[in-house]
Amino acid sequence: MDIDLEQFHRIFFEESLENLDSMETHLMDLQPGSEDAEFIDDIFRSAHSIKGGSATLGFTYISDFTHDLETLLDHVRMGARSISIADIDLLLQSVDCLRDIFSALVDGEEPKAEETCRLKGLFQCALSEDNGDVDAESDGIATQTDKVESNNVEAPNGKGWIIHFSPNIDILQSGNEPLRLFRELDELGELHVKAHLDELPQIHHCDAKECHMKWSLRLITDADKEVIDDIFEWVADDSAIEICSITEDKAVKPEQPDAEHIEDMRLMESSATSTNTSYSTQSRTKADVNPISLANNGTEAEIAKTVVSNKLQTATTPSQTQAEIISNKSKSDVSIRVSISKIDQLINMVGELVITQSMLSQISKDFSMADLQKLKKGLSELEHHTRQMQDRVMQIRMLPINYSFSRFPRTVRDLSKRLGKKINLLIKGEQTELDKTVMEKIGDPMVHLVRNAIDHGIEMPDQRLKLGKPEYGTITLNAYHLGGNVVIEISDDGAGLNKLKIIDKAISRGLIESTEDVSNEQIYAMIFEPGFSTVDTISDVSGRGVGMDVVRSNIQALNGHINVKSKEGEGSIFTIRLPLTLAIVDGQLLRVGGNTYILPLVSIVESMQVNKTMVNQVAGGGQVFHWRDEYIPIIHLSEAFGIHADYSSVTDGILIVVDCEHEKIGLLVDELLDQQQVVVKSLETNYRAVDGVSSATILGDGTVALILDILGIVKILHMKKAKIDTHITNLLGMHNRLDSNLMI
Amino acid sequence: MVNTVNIDQTSDDAYGENKLQDTMQFLTFLMAQEEYGIDILRVQEIRGWETATTLPNVPAHIKGVVNLRGTIVPLVDLRHCFGLPEVKYSAETVVIVLLIKTDKGDRVVGIVVDAVSDVFTLAESEVCAAPELADSVEINFIRGLATVNEKMVILLDIDKLRLLDEIPDQMACDIKNQLNAQRQE
Amino acid sequence: MARILAVDDSNSMRQMVSFTLKAAGHDVVEAVDGVEALGKAKNDTFDLVLSDVNMPNMNGIALIRELRALPSYSYTPILLLTTESEGEIKQEGKAAGATGWILKPFNPDRLLKLIKKVLD
Repeated sequence: MDIDLEQFHRIFFEESLENLDSMETHLMDLQPGSEDAEFIDDIFRSAHSIKGGSATLGFTYISDFTHDLETLLDHVRMGARSISIADIDLLLQSVDCLRDIFSALVDGEEPKAEETCRLKGLFQCALSEDNGDVDAESDGIATQTDKVESNNVEAPNGKGWIIHFSPNIDILQSGNEPLRLFRELDELGELHVKAHLDELPQIHHCDAKECHMKWSLRLITDADKEVIDDIFEWVADDSAIEICSITEDKAVKPEQPDAEHIEDMRLMESSATSTNTSYSTQSRTKADVNPISLANNGTEAEIAKTVVSNKLQTATTPSQTQAEIISNKSKSDVSIRVSISKIDQLINMVGELVITQSMLSQISKDFSMADLQKLKKGLSELEHHTRQMQDRVMQIRMLPINYSFSRFPRTVRDLSKRLGKKINLLIKGEQTELDKTVMEKIGDPMVHLVRNAIDHGIEMPDQRLKLGKPEYGTITLNAYHLGGNVVIEISDDGAGLNKLKIIDKAISRGLIESTEDVSNEQIYAMIFEPGFSTVDTISDVSGRGVGMDVVRSNIQALNGHINVKSKEGEGSIFTIRLPLTLAIVDGQLLRVGGNTYILPLVSIVESMQVNKTMVNQVAGGGQVFHWRDEYIPIIHLSEAFGIHADYSSVTDGILIVVDCEHEKIGLLVDELLDQQQVVVKSLETNYRAVDGVSSATILGDGTVALILDILGIVKILHMKKAKIDTHITNLLGMHNRLDSNLMI
Repeated sequence: MVNTVNIDQTSDDAYGENKLQDTMQFLTFLMAQEEYGIDILRVQEIRGWETATTLPNVPAHIKGVVNLRGTIVPLVDLRHCFGLPEVKYSAETVVIVLLIKTDKGDRVVGIVVDAVSDVFTLAESEVCAAPELADSVEINFIRGLATVNEKMVILLDIDKLRLLDEIPDQMACDIKNQLNAQRQE
Repeated sequence: MARILAVDDSNSMRQMVSFTLKAAGHDVVEAVDGVEALGKAKNDTFDLVLSDVNMPNMNGIALIRELRALPSYSYTPILLLTTESEGEIKQEGKAAGATGWILKPFNPDRLLKLIKKVLD
């Protein structure tokens, strides 16, 4: 049987990464001295699963390493060791190390195993602290190897073995059956069996559950003792077994003979030679048995026990080639875990779809106008099912944000320790669901923000005490759904943003000229400008070349927005707003001239026709309109995109009020068309990103429509305006201050 | 109505090579009475012109995007790239969908040309190297010249055309000059 | 062939075991822990139970004890799939009524051979 387990590599890697995450979480929860047995058990079990899987799939270096980890955990579990801060650190480092290895394997790269050597050394040190007997036990591999050597007695010249087998009286109740063992022996060569019935009770005292028989066996074979041991492996511990070679006829002691059993066997030995009633069978196949060496696959001890199979060699692959094979696998082949109930719901819906479809094809067979109602009904059912199905399929991609949040306890712990700060981390809303892709992409920006909060936000403990704040700073991660968005808040009760510093920097960089007419929010928003860092010295914790502008552009790439609120001395709150999913958008179709565009429904506040009295002309050539006590700038899509629009004045068109980074903007278009869900297609696949357009979609008639990005449109208009203004400035040779109050 | 011609690609190397191999197959197309050849292994399909969705504020040679079986594909007006006068697209105007390699990865792009002409096989010996032009250093998008049926065909290296880049007017001019220079050879 | 109950909390390990057994023509039912296994065992009959030791909710040893207490599983072969090289677990398993054990890393052929051994 040639069975290839390679197909399980990926699933094992992914499962291991999950196990590592769970280990990390539990390790973070561990308090030295008051360790929760349940946590330790969970951590142990995760390590254990990784060890088992890696050994089975031939990743020896991983299983060896996890063995040490497991040993230490086992000592804790058994109460032989109380876990220390240093132990937790070591275990966390090991989790990191293993995570790197598995990540490399998942990505098809050659993992770097050097770190395991260093950590292995640390484990040996840690384990040597434990008392002697535990230490001996922990050194499982070494003792096993010894055992193997002693087992590895070669078949003597006499080619055969004499076996005395006195099973435990309960042998049958463990599901073992002596007859099966003999059949196996029989396959190795020529077998003579003699049963000893002396201890058989009187027939009326017989209990079918008990075995009172003993056997002496004579096996003519080339097979090693190891092979014989192997057959008796499961019953060796509670039966008396003596195996000696035919020529030497000298007992090779079984592993753990009980004193009383030895007595028994000595008695039996004498009777073994006088063979009375025996049966012999010719071996059906001359067993071609070799102990197979798998030196590069699995621990020595386990290999030695892995014996006897004609096709064994074909089934085992050396670990080196496995790594190569993995590297050939495509990286994009990532799997997602889905609960069976979600899949069952989908299957039900597919069932309904099939029924609707067959109904429709029935109607179409001989269609008459009388069937029109039926057809309409069928089509509306089809639409209903399709929509439901779409929702459910989207659901599959949704994961609780906990997947992303769970890494932060570690980040906060490590960093605060390094910086000598005292920080509590508060996590809320971790069950909030988010699209898997969005989740993956939001990870790095969040790490950056949290690191910033630790590094620049939270003050040193003594400083906090001086300021009358609690010694421990608090960083809060919160997530919740709001409309079609997921909102993630990262807040701290630290020093807050230094407004004066930001203003200085903004002025020196020419972003603003004075603080006149600039709101606090606008000032704080400047930290997201490229090259804007108020930190005087760049630490290696945050500010490693990655600025807040990168954070913002990463979030914008996800159709999301970030803003910050801060109060000096009290802390900052960063709020990230993200779409639930990237794949489908609820869109409002609209028309400008001959072009159809789509606006995400979530960004639309209201749409209306405006009358003249609402519109005001402002300095600089712009228009604003008065709406609910606000003056909202009007922008023309036709102007931004350089296209023709049908309307000739503001009152002819439709004004769509859209939400853009907490500001409202009126977008003037010719006509509103349908609302529909559209599947988002990237322009970057075959072209590049285009300003003012977040992506595209394919409409029902097969044509492409662009999905608008309001922020981008505002930017385009800014740039166009700046161009014209500089042009005028140059022409007139006079300073013409940009009036930028209007736009943002 | 869109006429689609699928070209079967049986070669292992669907990308072709920058270097001429022993024999190569070329698809030729016409633009302003001139015949150009491109490596047939890069051709994904040939379609009739259909109205594209225009993109805002992109270079003029990018005619917009179309839906090619669910992916969004940009269309490039090759006349514009070569500094040739624009013509009105007609029923004969053809879009050749190509796979091109850019420094950002592979891209599928449609080029708008006047008409598709022929497919022929050339041996390496039949291709004359393009003469070196001292002035235009960067733009060596001409692979070589060949004579087929007593007519000169300009063999293009489509990757070097950098179809999706912002092509400034100067570049179009250079291309025009270079082509003229080729013609005079 | 035989009807086998495969119990392991590790998804990958369970799938590998199950795959190997199915490849040999066995009929395999999977369970993720002792509790699920016991439930399935009670409502079904199996020729063999193959279980991991270390599992949440109910571990392999406890599962064997529960199974052996059921009349229909008094003699059914039950094998433990374990990485424990120490004798202690084996002893505990034996005491609970395990037929034998199979060491992880398991090798497909070795696994099938051992299973054949108890099913013959």
